Amino acid sequence: MGRKLLLDKINVENIRLYDVYRREGGYRSVEKALKTMSPEAVTEEVKKSGLRGRGGAGFPTGMKWGFLAKPAGVPRYLVVNADESEPGTFKDRYLMEFIPHLLIEGMITSSFAIGSNRSYIYIRGEFAWIVDILEQAIAEAKNNGWLGKNILGSGFDCEIYVQRGAGAYICGEETALLESLEGKRGNPRIKPPFPAVKGLWDCPTVVNNVETIAAVVPIINDGGEEYAKIGIGKSTGTKLISACGNINRQGVYEIDMTISVEEFIYSDEYCGGIPNNRKLKACIPGGSSVPILPANLLLTTAKGEKRMMTYESLADGGFQTGSMMGSGGFIVLDDRQCVIRHTFTLARFYRHESCGQCSPCREGTGWMEKILWNIETGKGKMSDIDLLWDIQRKIEGNTICPLGDAAAWPVAAAIRHFRDEFEWHITNPDDAQRRNYGLAGYADPIKIATPA
Amino acid sequence: MSVKFSDSALKEVQRIIAFYPEGKQKSAVIPVLHLAQKEFGGWLSTEAMDYVASLLDILPIEVYEVATFYSMYNLKPVGKYMFEVCQTGPCMLNGSDDIIKYINDKLGIKPGETTADGMFTLKTVECLGACGYAPMMQLGKNYREHLTKEKVDALIAECRNSAATNN
Ligand SMILES: Cc1cc2nc3c(=O)[nH]c(=O)nc-3n(C[C@H](O)[C@H](O)[C@H](O)COP(=O)(O)O)c2cc1C
Ligand code: SF4
Ligand code: FES
Repeated sequence: MGRKLLLDKINVENIRLYDVYRREGGYRSVEKALKTMSPEAVTEEVKKSGLRGRGGAGFPTGMKWGFLAKPAGVPRYLVVNADESEPGTFKDRYLMEFIPHLLIEGMITSSFAIGSNRSYIYIRGEFAWIVDILEQAIAEAKNNGWLGKNILGSGFDCEIYVQRGAGAYICGEETALLESLEGKRGNPRIKPPFPAVKGLWDCPTVVNNVETIAAVVPIINDGGEEYAKIGIGKSTGTKLISACGNINRQGVYEIDMTISVEEFIYSDEYCGGIPNNRKLKACIPGGSSVPILPANLLLTTAKGEKRMMTYESLADGGFQTGSMMGSGGFIVLDDRQCVIRHTFTLARFYRHESCGQCSPCREGTGWMEKILWNIETGKGKMSDIDLLWDIQRKIEGNTICPLGDAAAWPVAAAIRHFRDEFEWHITNPDDAQRRNYGLAGYADPIKIATPA
Repeated sequence: MSVKFSDSALKEVQRIIAFYPEGKQKSAVIPVLHLAQKEFGGWLSTEAMDYVASLLDILPIEVYEVATFYSMYNLKPVGKYMFEVCQTGPCMLNGSDDIIKYINDKLGIKPGETTADGMFTLKTVECLGACGYAPMMQLGKNYREHLTKEKVDALIAECRNSAATNN
């Protein structure tokens, strides 16, 4: 059993309620921080922990807090990103639904470090029932003196508010999120300036993922150095992985970053293998935006090493032969599944979610969706494969926000690793419709096609 | 329908406005539009949007901009019950296409359509953050997960029952 820091109490009955959470040692980090530490010392512990942002980009959290501008007389804000809309990702929801006080506790401690007297949770609009759970937790925390004025006599004031979105993946991008929080369309801002300098209502702002802020609790309780002892290299601490697709045990798992991908998929402690004795064909290990990998490259790196569930190992080989940890949305495809169809649904997703500000993203995502649909339904041409490749190349790096890249990468990786399947759809459309892709045994090594 | 919030909704508006610093009440537009949609029959008419603008002391265009951007706002009337079925990759891997087709056959409505009796609307949506509980749909405030054809039948019956008892 790996170490658990966030979900260790998840099975305690009624842990959702304040009294139970407190009895189990909850809110100790707030006591410790507010009574015995300075805000700078809290930030220092987070730096020492090596914690990396759990929202997708993996940026070191302590460093991000360190960048925050602190002009006199200007408020600063902590905004928690609970937009959770990346396909394959459902971990923040789990945390908020079942142990909401962990997030509230982490927010109070983090708000103290940053100097935020008014902190927000921006939650995707569809999670309507979770808003009620969070608001109840906030009210309980406030009734017990953890929020409000002069918390624990420390002189620190803090309030937490929950703001619902209304259906828009792009509002997970931090500057689009801030626009939305200001009551506008979720159009990402041009950076710089970064939120650390000009964020919510032009004030210095820290935006962090739900899981990132929850991790601050064990970091302050046990110290940053203790946290950093868990894991391998720069992948410190524990990570929530939401596993879905064709596996026996879908769900949210807290892993310490010392296990292999193979163990994660096949061990009964985690995914429990592939149903119906099917073979593993492919996997998107970090949410829909990161490259898909065929089974052979998923389980071992191109260098022949065992691939581990760490930031570094998942990225080993770059985009040629590797992928990314991303948001920890782990999507598994068995050998019945069609990579073209799956990639098509993702292209449709990105077309639907593009905010429309940049032409490469607005137009390119629609083209990719159409071309993939044609190939999938047997109306594709060989030249379509190169056209797709060309379009994704023209989107990547040419847009205001990373949604453009996020739309391009899945298409690029599908072509890179499954070009034979694209070709089969074009040459044998009838067979492809019958789910016969002319390919045997994806768990065996496949040659890697690298288009120019 | 007269476009005016109930007293309890007006109280809720005041509670939401207080989330934001003085003068930043525009931030309340997204939650207040949710409230308007709930109060005014499941969709947002121009009148309803103008009313929200007046409540928040912002221009109507500022409300339209927001209402047209986010996918949860309905700008046309919808059925009493909306089946919002997720169709993105992870749900597709677990059979969401079959669920959509089943609802389509059973109720005779394609995605985007409403039954003639105004009871049901079918809508396909993109990933709702429930990929591990696929296939799934949103129905009102809640998620219905691990859908099967039998569960869809039961949901349809449940909606019909609750409509019959509420009328
Ligand atoms: C298109 C897009 C969608 C994103 N969606 C989310 C999201 O749903 N949740 C999240 O925490 N971060 C999301 N991010 C990342 C945020 O922009 C930001 O990096 C993150 O909230 C920072 O928090 P962290 O450092 O704690 O990870 C998204 C980024 C992009 C470009
Ligand atoms: S890349 Fe796409 S989503 Fe991002 S700002 Fe440009 S158009 Fe909008
Ligand atoms: S893909 Fe359907 S909920 Fe995520």
